[in-house]
Amino acid sequence: MSAPTLDRPAAERPDEAALQRQFDATIAADRRIEPRDWMPEGYRRTLVRQIAQHAHSEIIGMQPEGDWLLAAPSMRRKAILLAKVQDEAGHGLYLYSAAETLGADRADLTDKLIERRQKYSSIFNYPTPTYADVGVIGWLVDGAAICNQVPLCRSSYGPYARAMIRVCKEESFHQRQGYELLMTMMRGTDAQRAMVQDAVDRWWWPSLMMFGPPDDDSPNSAQSMAWGIKRHSNDELRQRFVDMTVPQAAVLGVTLPDQELAPDPETGRYRFGAIDWSEFKQVLAGHGPCNDERIARRRAARDDNAWVTEAATAYARKHES
Amino acid sequence: MSDVTAEGGHGAVPTGPQVPVEDQPAVSRRDWPLYEVFVRGKRGLNHVHVGSLHAPDDEMAVHAARDLYTRRNEGVSIWVVRAADITASSPDEKDPMFAPSGDKVYRHPTFYEIPENVPHM
Repeated sequence: MSAPTLDRPAAERPDEAALQRQFDATIAADRRIEPRDWMPEGYRRTLVRQIAQHAHSEIIGMQPEGDWLLAAPSMRRKAILLAKVQDEAGHGLYLYSAAETLGADRADLTDKLIERRQKYSSIFNYPTPTYADVGVIGWLVDGAAICNQVPLCRSSYGPYARAMIRVCKEESFHQRQGYELLMTMMRGTDAQRAMVQDAVDRWWWPSLMMFGPPDDDSPNSAQSMAWGIKRHSNDELRQRFVDMTVPQAAVLGVTLPDQELAPDPETGRYRFGAIDWSEFKQVLAGHGPCNDERIARRRAARDDNAWVTEAATAYARKHES
Repeated sequence: MSDVTAEGGHGAVPTGPQVPVEDQPAVSRRDWPLYEVFVRGKRGLNHVHVGSLHAPDDEMAVHAARDLYTRRNEGVSIWVVRAADITASSPDEKDPMFAPSGDKVYRHPTFYEIPENVPHM
């Protein structure tokens, strides 16, 4: 359904302060905001930006693993990977659907992605040179995504929270298939084990960056948390991910590439080394290893498939009435 | 014929000066209406709203809804309806709209006091 019109004459507009109070009370009571409710412009803008960015990440996220669809080593692995990549497309569409309840236009969001006016997760700008990357993406990248997304199931905006519930249900398969793939490779040859370790070495730090800048350098976080859009800070989620992952790495038999990674006897949590935020900023600014390739392929998908859209539209018009 | 150009996937449509071609506006997904999707999870349950999608027509909307919202046996039946065709109560009138049912406490079974020793009631 379309968003409420905001350009009514002032006389008809209910008292803004009263609406704001009602909105604040809903947030304070931990109830959900729904599409046609009044909401502050900043809340709407923040949500559109975050949901669109999230949707774009899912859509671009099909590419790194998609490269392995035709090279998967067995029918079983190919079927699994196909299902997973299809899920990523689905996740993107659930999220665009949520963004549209806020008055955003789906085609417009895609244009903004292709014109680089909106961002997507930095993680998808890294290459996937070996098949072990498919497993590590499932384990670490989807694992980090789960850490980020589970709290979003309680986000204050109803359609976003509901989309995230669907996403999280499916994401668990993604992580488990990745881990199982890696366990299989670790039981294989020395060369296969080395391939897994190499992939872990390349993906570990970028995975930690997925949680975003540290709390003291994350200008929008406090407001997002006050609005109940976000439930935990970037650093808290990052710490949870590290604590979850270290024992998983031990079972798998790989080494996480951080000399400083060690349990903190006082907190029971893991201390880890400093993240290279200059790399994160570079990738986000468009200078990662694959930024151009990813955007070019998304643009080609839109342009090369335009004839399908046109044909379907022409068919629909012909059969109208 | 040297100045004849062509358009279309494989140059199938000549567009030279002697062949009049209607100037058609480009169509895009922008022109596709928004559909709301409802899925019946299993027999015995109501259809429940699950989200929305864009499609060129009703039939394609059902197909797309199948692909998007029932990849894991989430449904046995799908409804799609154009979002523009939905009439909804106004959120601005929320209170006056629903207040009349709020003060009719006698519509609830708990309104009535029945002695403890009356069985099955």
